[in-house]
Amino acid sequence: MNTITRSPGTCLGTWIRVGAIDDIPRLGARVVKSAHGDVAVFRNAEDEVFALRDKCPHKGGPLSQGIVFGRHVACPLHNWTIGLEDGNAAAPDEGCAEFYPVKVEDGMVYLRL
Amino acid sequence: MKKMKLVMVGNGMAGVRTLEELLKIAPDLYDITVFGAEPHANYNRILLSPVLAGELTLKDIMLNDVDWYAQNGIRLHLGKKVIRIDRRTRTVIAEDGTEERYERLLLATGSDPFILPIPGKDLDGVLTYRDIGDTNAMIEAASKYRRAVVVGGGLLGLEAANGLKLRGMDVTVVHLMEWLMERQLDQTAAGMLKASLEQKGLKFLLQKQTTAILGTPDGRPDGRVRGVSFADGQEIPAELVVMAVGIRPNDELAKSAGIHCHPGRSGGIVVNDTMQTYDPRIYAVGECVSHRGIAYGLVAPLFEMAKVCANHLAELGIGRYQGSVTSTKLKVTGIDLYSAGNFIGGADTEEILLHDTVGGVYKKLLIKEDRIVGGVMVGDTVDSSWYYQLLRDKQNISDIRDHLMFGQSHLGNSGHQGQNKAAAMPDEMEVCGCNGVCKGTIVRAIKGQGLFSLEDVRRHTKASSSCGSCTGLVEQILASTVGGAYAPQQNANKPMCGCTDYTHEEARKVIREQHLLTIPGVMRFMEWRTPNGCASCRPALNYYLISTWPHEAKDDPQSRFINERAHANIQKDGTFSVVPRMFGGVTNAQQLRRIADVVDKYAIPTVKVTGGQRIDLLGVKKEDLPKVWADLAMPSGHAYAKALRTVKTCVGSEWCRFGVQDSTQMGIDLEQTFWKMYAPHKVKLAVSGCPRNCAESGIKDIGVIGVDSGWEIYVAGNGGIKTEVAQFLCKVKSAPEVLEYTGAFLQLYREEARYLDRTVHWVARVGLDYVKQRVLEDAEGRNALYARLQYALQGEKDPWAERAATLGTLGTLGMSGASGALRHEFEALTV
Repeated sequence: MNTITRSPGTCLGTWIRVGAIDDIPRLGARVVKSAHGDVAVFRNAEDEVFALRDKCPHKGGPLSQGIVFGRHVACPLHNWTIGLEDGNAAAPDEGCAEFYPVKVEDGMVYLRL
Repeated sequence: MKKMKLVMVGNGMAGVRTLEELLKIAPDLYDITVFGAEPHANYNRILLSPVLAGELTLKDIMLNDVDWYAQNGIRLHLGKKVIRIDRRTRTVIAEDGTEERYERLLLATGSDPFILPIPGKDLDGVLTYRDIGDTNAMIEAASKYRRAVVVGGGLLGLEAANGLKLRGMDVTVVHLMEWLMERQLDQTAAGMLKASLEQKGLKFLLQKQTTAILGTPDGRPDGRVRGVSFADGQEIPAELVVMAVGIRPNDELAKSAGIHCHPGRSGGIVVNDTMQTYDPRIYAVGECVSHRGIAYGLVAPLFEMAKVCANHLAELGIGRYQGSVTSTKLKVTGIDLYSAGNFIGGADTEEILLHDTVGGVYKKLLIKEDRIVGGVMVGDTVDSSWYYQLLRDKQNISDIRDHLMFGQSHLGNSGHQGQNKAAAMPDEMEVCGCNGVCKGTIVRAIKGQGLFSLEDVRRHTKASSSCGSCTGLVEQILASTVGGAYAPQQNANKPMCGCTDYTHEEARKVIREQHLLTIPGVMRFMEWRTPNGCASCRPALNYYLISTWPHEAKDDPQSRFINERAHANIQKDGTFSVVPRMFGGVTNAQQLRRIADVVDKYAIPTVKVTGGQRIDLLGVKKEDLPKVWADLAMPSGHAYAKALRTVKTCVGSEWCRFGVQDSTQMGIDLEQTFWKMYAPHKVKLAVSGCPRNCAESGIKDIGVIGVDSGWEIYVAGNGGIKTEVAQFLCKVKSAPEVLEYTGAFLQLYREEARYLDRTVHWVARVGLDYVKQRVLEDAEGRNALYARLQYALQGEKDPWAERAATLGTLGTLGMSGASGALRHEFEALTV
């Protein structure tokens, strides 16, 4: 099983298991309720997994509810396109949703908050 | 793989746009070198006028600075004029001896100003107006001298005159013809333009032939200009003369290399529809080319050429440039002007004319065989984009002829205070009421970011990107800022989205003809550029698949907008709203009691009666939705979907003392027949029991009105962003006929409209006559349409009942045991 690990630089906690990758629909997302607030965990067509704070930098829309394509998600409220890797809004919009390190091991998704 | 060498000669807007398009689709194919004769990188030539007027500087109008070339690995030779092409060794040679070899050569040498061959043309102070060098020379002259003469009363000449006037000079425009801008305006429009420019202090001499430019008194051929003399003997003094009598394609380099150029006076490097010259390794784009005998001088066609050329350079081999119908919106002076096509008319054209001399509005449309062939507008140009689209799409206008002149938005538009004259609007006036965007913001973005298209402006400012009702105004502002560079998106051939060059119609056709059943299948077959599309094309493809192949193509929930995936409407705080279906707007005590209980049980904060005679429960948490549906035990209202929404009714003959038909029952029948029907967009129906029309049938997708002898059916109305009155389709005698005719109309809409077209948009495009022919005149076709709709709806499930049932079988303790889809959609994970 391949491992995908990405890191935003500063990360605090330990890896937390959030569930099986098959619990997240392909080209979809699940909301993870955590002490830090809602986190959206996305899975794209290539089975890459990404985690962003479930809040669009524009007006706080729940990104977990958006349409996933490539390495992007379209916010369901006003259709901003947010990059799944870094949380950055696509130009010319400006803003950034916080992103979290996430990895997949043996079909299980782990998140570090 | 070793990269091929691409050399571009000329560093202007058309050429660089070609490179940009090329880098987008084939970033690694070429090793690119660019020669520019000017010492600057690519700037926005259209904005030279604001530079001359002192509103902007060169820095403001740069489109691609030298860093851009570096970032894209392009070798840039600035200030080096190419003087020779050696086609045998495939080398270009610059004035200073620099040589570059090429495998593909792109000529984008632009055009040269035409200089009158008259005495004195080489004197100091005689300028043309083409580039930033000319502009700077004019600015310098304006600071030293007082009197200027502009020779040429065309677009460029007037811009120059206006800029020099703003710089404080005393400016006279000399024009050979009887009226200004005779290639774009008729005499009346030109007269209005002249009057408005005279008010600003410009002077005009018409029908004057310039014969000499006068230099020093002793007649030496050097020194500073001191005046201009005309054929009639008159002389006027001037210390600056600007020649703006026209441009000519710069085809000298090509000609010297033996490449075929247009032999006529117009000149130009001859290219085919793929922008290739007679030497197939050599392409040409922009003002230097002659395509099908025409040399274009406006930016919009040049950008179209750029796109086609890039496509072929990228070896994709699709796309042809087939020429452009040009239109001109002028940006001269705060007066809105527009012209397109044949604006003079003749024996075979009909003219529709509106002329308000006091209000300063002049609109003329020329019609030939029920199609617009041209027009001129002064003062009010808000509808010009619409006319232009009708012109380009060659749309039959016989249906709308009686109100054509009053424009697309002569009534019913809301959100921008009824403004229709962009030039008259102050900068701080709001243009887009949805996103709170003022005129000044839009103008600054256009100038500062180098925007050319409506899409660009929408992306950068959000103006007109929500409800779209101010689109005409935004287009007008864009046009008055960038002038001829602006061309409205060609509606007929608009690609679905950035993922493909194919149109909605082409995608539908392929799905039908190739019997494609999945989104990845369509994307593979049509060579989508992106691995899994985007939020714009995927929902459209999903709809086309399930509407073309009902019971065969499988619905893809991940290609549906959240509302259709969750079967409820997302609200600004991320909660959802729930609208149960009440057939025909009729409810009863049991339903209302259940609704009340659900509101209490799930602490639903707001209960509201909708405009469609239903009840909206707002603020429901997503995870509660399946339970709410189970407890309501009412069908889904599809208030969240591109589907049949509501059938609004009046009480009708059962109770009403005026009612002549049982509208309530008719409404219930319609709703029970068509609910669960997905469509390109939402569909709303209404049935009234008499012509008093209490159910407002006149503004619905389908409005039915009971009359004593039967039912009248109206179609393609709309009560939304832009109020549109429904058009009469037919009158029928019985209720079953109402079902059959509306069913056939709806199926035709489902099969042929573009995704996200409301019925009004679709009918406007195809024409009511076409709809009548398919639904009224062709009885067999009507039956077949209705039968296909019934087949599609057969066995279609109520999504609420389906999900509530899964929930029921697995117990109501949370949803941990529920089916995968239900869990995935409605259950959160916790850590």
